[in-house]
Amino acid sequence: MEALLSYGFLQRAFVAGVFIAVACAVLGIFLILRKDAMIGHGLSHIAFAGVALGLFLNVLPLAAALAVAAAAAVAVMKLKDRAGLHGDTAIGIFSSLGLAVGVLLASMARSFNVELMSYLFGDILAIEPIEVGLAVALAAAVLLAVGLNYAKLQFMTFDRESAKAAGVRVGRLDTLLMVLTAVTIVLGMKVAGILLVAGLVVIPAAAGLQVATSFRMAVRASTAVAVLSVAGGLALSLVLNIPASAAIILICFSAFAVLALAKGAKRGFLSGQK
Amino acid sequence: MELITLRDVTFGYDGAPALLDINLTIHERDFLAIIGPNGSGKTTLVKVALGLLKPTSGTVELFGRSLGQFGDWGKIGYIPQKATHIDPFFPASAEEVVAMALRSAGLVSGREARERVLRALGEVGMAEVRKWPIGRLSGGQQQRVFIARALVTSPRVLVLDEPTTGVDAVTQTAFYDLLDRLNKREGLTIVLITHDIGIVNKHVTRVACLNQRLVYHGSHEEFCRSAVFRDMVIRGDHLVSHEH
Repeated sequence: MEALLSYGFLQRAFVAGVFIAVACAVLGIFLILRKDAMIGHGLSHIAFAGVALGLFLNVLPLAAALAVAAAAAVAVMKLKDRAGLHGDTAIGIFSSLGLAVGVLLASMARSFNVELMSYLFGDILAIEPIEVGLAVALAAAVLLAVGLNYAKLQFMTFDRESAKAAGVRVGRLDTLLMVLTAVTIVLGMKVAGILLVAGLVVIPAAAGLQVATSFRMAVRASTAVAVLSVAGGLALSLVLNIPASAAIILICFSAFAVLALAKGAKRGFLSGQK
Repeated sequence: MELITLRDVTFGYDGAPALLDINLTIHERDFLAIIGPNGSGKTTLVKVALGLLKPTSGTVELFGRSLGQFGDWGKIGYIPQKATHIDPFFPASAEEVVAMALRSAGLVSGREARERVLRALGEVGMAEVRKWPIGRLSGGQQQRVFIARALVTSPRVLVLDEPTTGVDAVTQTAFYDLLDRLNKREGLTIVLITHDIGIVNKHVTRVACLNQRLVYHGSHEEFCRSAVFRDMVIRGDHLVSHEH
């Protein structure tokens, strides 16, 4: 293990992966409880268009994806509010649009298809030092923004109407949450890839919610699952020579399955006691 | 002192009128019941008064300030209709539910916040279950936790929208005794939307009867002698009467 950690590329992957995974896990709790879990999936597809646009225009793909995903996150919210669309309809519209634009740009410039693949499936072990710095800074900014608005986000998620009556500006917080999710999804692309990043947002949070009896416990448990999944996934990837993104998500799912089964067993045990 | 004042307030949903020309003033220490048939605009009235809905015309003042200028939301505690219809799996303990209101208001933090949360839960008799997940509490216990959440910011007025729907009779009695105590001993102004004429008769000091327009507003004693009351009882008007 010590020898493994002496590799610079592994250190970079671990540091960036942990910061991003923690941001994903914390945001995931709010998104699941708001019944907005699919926003991560939708925004990842929209980010695909941003990456393709960045490669097409020869600008930093992550920066292009960030701009496109953040703008789309706000647009999804506005569309839901103003067009009165139900549930995930706005997400479905924008995710399809994102994929269509991404595929179109990729077909117009065939030369960057290989690079695009690394964004589709993630390539955390190839992360550059500058990308680590960007990931750590942005993930820390996301966590800081959540921390500063923690009670308000919690209140709004639990009881929107009461929060509004208590003077919480729920519209502004909705926008903040969506933009933070867009930033986190774009960061997570490097860890898990466009196709799997939604799992990094949803699965650790869903796992944490299996065992949580308080909000604080939910945040801690989902963060622990996320960090352990990144560490375990990176180790498995090196030892078994398998893609890190797949290994991370599979460990996330394993943790979810274990905690869900444990919860079921505990319930069965308790009901058997009655 | 006038805490909530509505002047010539009219409101409609997509053009369909819900409130027409409402003039209503709620004074300090009032225990006001808002009654009326289903669809008469009771919940809408409260939402307009609290700034959750914008009136089509007319003005609303809270503590002498227009809604746009008012910012001291900690002075108002609100428990919406179906407050207990929460996600039963939401991972929040009773004390977290109370704390979220206090911390959102940015009033206090740290140790003082914990003490105030505990005090508020103690006031409604819920201190012992403070670590329990909110979804595991009974409807009556949840309602008490929501009152603690409304009280923790030390409000001057408490607004409750049909707070005991689906709660058993014994718990209802304890609940209204608590409201009585808060009103009479602590001087808290209470605004209560209810269908229960038994509660109106036993607890409140003033009545506002609504049917899109304000058809009656005055003391409880006068209300019982009024034609409005007789008509409501004769018509039924979805009123119920429980012994409390």
